[in-house]
Amino acid sequence: MQLHLVLFVIFGVVCVAGAVNLLVQRHPINSALSLVVVMGALAAEYLLLGAEFVAAVQVIVYAGAIMVLFVFVIMLLNAGEEERTTGSRIALLFGVPGVVAGSLLIAWVLLSRFGAQAVAIGALPGPPKVIGWLLFHDFLLPFELTSILVLIAILGAVVLASHPEAQPKKER
Amino acid sequence: MVPLSYYLALGGILFACGVTGFLVKRNIITIFMSIELMLNGVNLSFVAFAAQWHALSGQIFVFFVMVVAAAEAAVGLAIIIAVYRTRETLNVDRVNLLKL
Repeated sequence: MQLHLVLFVIFGVVCVAGAVNLLVQRHPINSALSLVVVMGALAAEYLLLGAEFVAAVQVIVYAGAIMVLFVFVIMLLNAGEEERTTGSRIALLFGVPGVVAGSLLIAWVLLSRFGAQAVAIGALPGPPKVIGWLLFHDFLLPFELTSILVLIAILGAVVLASHPEAQPKKER
Repeated sequence: MVPLSYYLALGGILFACGVTGFLVKRNIITIFMSIELMLNGVNLSFVAFAAQWHALSGQIFVFFVMVVAAAEAAVGLAIIIAVYRTRETLNVDRVNLLKL
């Protein structure tokens, strides 16, 4: 029982440290790598809750596909360190106290309202088999709609990122 | 046994970090990564609630959120490439064509 809490705290600390490191780092590639750390720690948290399917998808889709896309774009655009401007100083002045106050408020409300309820380790009942059944029976229409959405997103990405001079010639 | 509120608080902290990054960072790619961080915080609370009430629909919703995030990342990064091509900068303060 206590092992659950210890593991939760370890991965939670890793998670928050990665998120804070994302904010502190000036170079985008360091931010991207700390975001990978956050996602890996979150996958461990999902495993603690018993959501094996979500943990696997988190590692494959988020830490794998999406972050590779980010790192690829950072490398492609040769992004350097971000520069300080007046806008960033004003944002720093108002953003950090606001967010600290907001997160304290959220934590206080949550800890006072949901204090008694507890989640057991591996509490989720469903193995991936059940999730697949749900996905292809109860949620079939949304599932197919997301496939169309992803197709449109791919086409949009190709159209947006293609070079204007690389358009095929109309005549000839 | 870990209280549900701990998971929700962790999700809230991640969301707050994402909001901070969105407001404070000036690099457009880092701002985009902050949005992903916010989505991750929300996903964690989805899974925590699903575990609390033994409802598998929460996991299905997380799956859909991830699909939408993947589509959003593809289109958003393409837009970033297009912006960089026309403006030759990644700083959002210098992308001010619509400013009076």
